[in-house]
Amino acid sequence: MWKTILRRLLIMIPQLIILSLLVFLLAKMMPGDPFSGSINPNTDPKQIEALRRAAGLYDPWYVQYFRWVGNLFHGDLGTSYIQHVPVTSLIADRANNTFWLSLLTTILTYSIAIPLGITAGRHQDQWQDTGVQIFNYITLATPGFVFYILGLWLFGFTLGWFPISGSVSANASGFWGVLGSRLYHMIFPAILYALIATTGTVQYLRTGIVDNKVEDYVRTARSKGVPENVVFHKHILRNSLLPIAAFLGNTITGLLSGSMIIESVFSYPGMGKLFLDSISQRDYTTLTALILIFGILTLIGNLLSDIIMSIIDPRIRIQ
Amino acid sequence: MEKQSDLLLDIQHLHTAYRLQGKFYDAADDINLTLKRDEILAIVGESGCGKSTIASSIIGLYDHKNTKVTGDILYNELNLVGLNESLFNKIRGDKIGMIFQDPLASLNPLMRVGDQVAETLYYHTDMDEKARHARVIELFNQVGMPRPEEMYEMYPHELSGGLRQRVVIAMAIACKPEVIIADEPTTALDVTIQAQILDLLEDIQRQSHSGIILITHDLGVVAETADEVAVMYAGQIVEKSDVKTIFENPLHPYTRSLLNSMPQSDDTDEDLHVIKGTVPSLKNMPRSGDRFAARIPWIPASAHEVEPRVHEVAPGHWVRCTCWKTFHFEDEDSTQKATAASGE
Repeated sequence: MWKTILRRLLIMIPQLIILSLLVFLLAKMMPGDPFSGSINPNTDPKQIEALRRAAGLYDPWYVQYFRWVGNLFHGDLGTSYIQHVPVTSLIADRANNTFWLSLLTTILTYSIAIPLGITAGRHQDQWQDTGVQIFNYITLATPGFVFYILGLWLFGFTLGWFPISGSVSANASGFWGVLGSRLYHMIFPAILYALIATTGTVQYLRTGIVDNKVEDYVRTARSKGVPENVVFHKHILRNSLLPIAAFLGNTITGLLSGSMIIESVFSYPGMGKLFLDSISQRDYTTLTALILIFGILTLIGNLLSDIIMSIIDPRIRIQ
Repeated sequence: MEKQSDLLLDIQHLHTAYRLQGKFYDAADDINLTLKRDEILAIVGESGCGKSTIASSIIGLYDHKNTKVTGDILYNELNLVGLNESLFNKIRGDKIGMIFQDPLASLNPLMRVGDQVAETLYYHTDMDEKARHARVIELFNQVGMPRPEEMYEMYPHELSGGLRQRVVIAMAIACKPEVIIADEPTTALDVTIQAQILDLLEDIQRQSHSGIILITHDLGVVAETADEVAVMYAGQIVEKSDVKTIFENPLHPYTRSLLNSMPQSDDTDEDLHVIKGTVPSLKNMPRSGDRFAARIPWIPASAHEVEPRVHEVAPGHWVRCTCWKTFHFEDEDSTQKATAASGE
């Protein structure tokens, strides 16, 4: 199994190189540079030229690329010319917020989706299944922003159960106070987000159970005199969870792209909101760094899926 | 008259009906069979004739919502029809072992094969983990698996088809069942492996004195292993006898057609015989008259019984309908064959 993981890690190297090249070239193709627009229009054009030359913008693209990659290795993602701070520090604060929100959302997603999927699969075509299917159609068909804004308006604004913006309240103090306040700000967006995110997992699990129920090996287990309850949990369910594990990487990527909307709706200071803000402010340095990070996280998500798969499915281990 | 204890299974008037679009159709129609100790009973027929239906009825593995089983399946005077699940679970795997057709599909892909065999022991014996492990190794030895210790840790996909089927057999015989049902156990295997698996089944039977129900469409397998043969067509048993009689003196037109369609190595100049038509589907099965009549249209309707019954034509030799008396193949001369048959 370690061989599988090692091989998977080695495959990631070319993936990362291609990703960084693409991100860099796309950033280069975007119009303008840090010196267009953000500098006093009365500045002497010659001086701007000099600045451009000093920043290395006239070097061949591959020289610029290797300089950029070299800086990446030093943890230098460049400087935001809009906010005038290093992108690294800009992202670090937000990354923390997004990480905890995503983690909470993931936990909630699976704790909602897995029981629902099991119920639907076990009681296929019965009323329990119909109920889950209706829930699934609603969550699949409702656009996130409609659902979030509706929830925000109803529970946050009208009923006042949850804070409607921010990640921590200003007057929280002490370790537990801050932690509680953070959780209080996070839990509501996470619940709303998780409800929308369950669809895929529920559907995969339901289909898995329905398909596996009629497999020959399940009949074999029954023919051995294994009680039905054990047949379900030990044989059917374990095989049905395979697609969920394969889907995990996708879920993580989905959470990241979805975080843009939920964070914007709740003015939650995370990477998703930063990304959208960077687009509207034409903050290319930050944008490039974020795209690179999202790309890397996607690769890590897939890696995680593969590792989990290789742990639970012996068929894909490399001998 | 055999002793009572020699009779393992006594199937009487078994009807197994499946629900199709709200109506029940008999897939096994009035089945009467017995299985004795030390006997291999072969059930032969084309696909869709109801062979596997009998197997799933015996072991109680069918979709209970859409299947209706009536009649009696007596196992040591215990009626398996309508037996409750928890009692049935005590019998399945312990008293009745089952071997399935496709050994890869029959094994859980995520479990080590040794553990899958040990699972049977877990539910039917009070052995501890160590004893179960030892017993599995012993079973692997018995079914002829090389390096059993190593094999225990393998996953199904790591084994060859023949080894997988040996695992399935080990699983079925783990608790020394009295009845073993083998549903097309060699169909998914190479010809060379087929012979090995059949030999293994015979070995097991000799050692354990169990009764085996062998379900197959392969007459070669029947000739090689079976003691008693029941030939099925369209849900009914059309002929039942010991294996020698079936091959030497087949009477029912269907049995004769089946044997006639078997490729013979000494047939040099003749084409392979084919039984024209197919087994009618469950919904379209004729519910009265001789069900095979449609596939031998050259035999006049008057030759068939109106409601074909099973007749004992010789001790232990049962044939359905009386049409066998005048039956001849399409390309044969009818008068000649009829005299030959009546002269027997």
